[in-house]
Amino acid sequence: MNEAIQARGLTKAYLAGKSGPPLRAVDGIDFAVRPGEVFGFLGPNGAGKTTTIRMLTGLTRPTSGSAKIMGLDLATEVTQIKKRIGVVPEASNLYDELTPLDNLIFSMQLYGVPRAERRPRAEALLERFRLGEKRDVPFAKLSRGMKRGLTVAAALAHRPALVFLDEPTTGLDVMSARSLRQMIAGLRDEGVTIFLTTHYLEEAERLCDRIAVIVRGRIVALDTVDALKARAEQKTIVEVVLGDSKGSLEKKRIESDDVEATIRHALTDAGGRHVLAVNTLRPSLEDVFVRLTGLSAEAMLSEKGGKGGGNAGG
Amino acid sequence: MLVDDLRGMFYIALKDLRAYYFKPPNISWGILFPFAFILAFVIRNPGETRELVPGLLGLTILFGTSSMEAIVIVFERRIGSLERLMLAPIRLPALLAGKLLGGMTFGLTVTAVVLVIALAVFGFGGVNWLLLLLALLFSAAAFSALGAFVSVAVREIFEAQTLANFIRFPMMFLGGVFVPVASMPLGLQAVARLLPLTYSVEVLRAALDGRHFVDGMLDLAFLAGFAWVMFGLAVWVMRNKQD
Repeated sequence: MNEAIQARGLTKAYLAGKSGPPLRAVDGIDFAVRPGEVFGFLGPNGAGKTTTIRMLTGLTRPTSGSAKIMGLDLATEVTQIKKRIGVVPEASNLYDELTPLDNLIFSMQLYGVPRAERRPRAEALLERFRLGEKRDVPFAKLSRGMKRGLTVAAALAHRPALVFLDEPTTGLDVMSARSLRQMIAGLRDEGVTIFLTTHYLEEAERLCDRIAVIVRGRIVALDTVDALKARAEQKTIVEVVLGDSKGSLEKKRIESDDVEATIRHALTDAGGRHVLAVNTLRPSLEDVFVRLTGLSAEAMLSEKGGKGGGNAGG
Repeated sequence: MLVDDLRGMFYIALKDLRAYYFKPPNISWGILFPFAFILAFVIRNPGETRELVPGLLGLTILFGTSSMEAIVIVFERRIGSLERLMLAPIRLPALLAGKLLGGMTFGLTVTAVVLVIALAVFGFGGVNWLLLLLALLFSAAAFSALGAFVSVAVREIFEAQTLANFIRFPMMFLGGVFVPVASMPLGLQAVARLLPLTYSVEVLRAALDGRHFVDGMLDLAFLAGFAWVMFGLAVWVMRNKQD
């Protein structure tokens, strides 16, 4: 059976200046996405996530390497590929002047959905995304969450078998983000393959079957969420909470092969402060991510400019 | 693939006309702006009114096609919606051709209004209608392609407006609208011969005077060549920017 995506040595290099060497935004990545799975693509800002999506969707040509999307060659069959994929970009980009209904119908017109199917399909999508009452309101006047929902709906309008979601919940309030995650889970249940980039690790942990971590253009890990966590579980995390007489607290997390020795060392080497608590923790996906990227989850969120949809509850 | 391209062109043009072109300010600007210029000239030289009609039509089609065309692509790129079109299963030349088709349709519509008014006032017996139709179509294609090239060549909307005016305003005064090219100094005549508006006004004049089709052949060929070169450049620039 064909993989949904098969990338080999995919590279994108940009000229960094007149004399400098080319900047390799994506540097020879290999990976495969299986049909029907939710594939997470994680990495800090500038790691190459969006560039990878742009190459796989035909928006920019790879400098070298190759890719097949549902068995079709990206270099020679890009128009056929575009018929089979849907793309939700990081920013909602429908037409401000058109209503939700007209935006969806225009999407279907571009993709050749038969005339008789367009309106019923658009109405059904509007209901599914709880936008039925806003069907005749210009896109510009919708809330951010509604715009995001409609952008996802437009990507699904021609019933693609593979959907690329680039940071779908960024900037959304908690309820809208939760609703969108439920929608993504629903798509997986329908057998749609999903390629998801996100910087919300809980979101990735909850939704994704497998995850690739990309750092500086290279994939540094690719496995199921459980397998990635199992790698980190070979070490235990000892969390020590220290306090001083002024009431300030400090939390230290130490990876350890020898828990007893680490706790003993923490208790005797508190630097004059009181040890208030010592906990041993199972590593989370965040710990795996921190180890692979050298970047804290908080730092990644602050790079993205806010935690709008960061609470992955629901 | 060709069917996909043609369908994409048609719906992109239709969407652009609904979303951007057929808005009251555009329609009034598209018609009133050339009239205002011509009126100013008529007040100064009242005896030459009929002579100015080909120039009036040329100006209307120039501004009608290129004003919004020069902005639409750069605007859609800024807000990200151009990417939607680039993700659709159509080739890049078809995407741009859809944009051109929208600009041409709007330009031809406002020019048709001006033409009807001109015919009602001046009568123009013995018009070569086929030549007139071709003159309008080829002029619209040339000016719309010019607008598309301007739009893909810049990054900001104000740059597009500046560049479009930098090209159009000298063309308005050197393109034979107000002063016949033959009466200009030789140096300016050479410049005028490089401008599509010169050929547009000449072929429109030939058609309105009811001259033979052959009299407009060279003008039509220049306009077609200009449209083709501008369109090719626009595709080339856009493809390079994409990578």
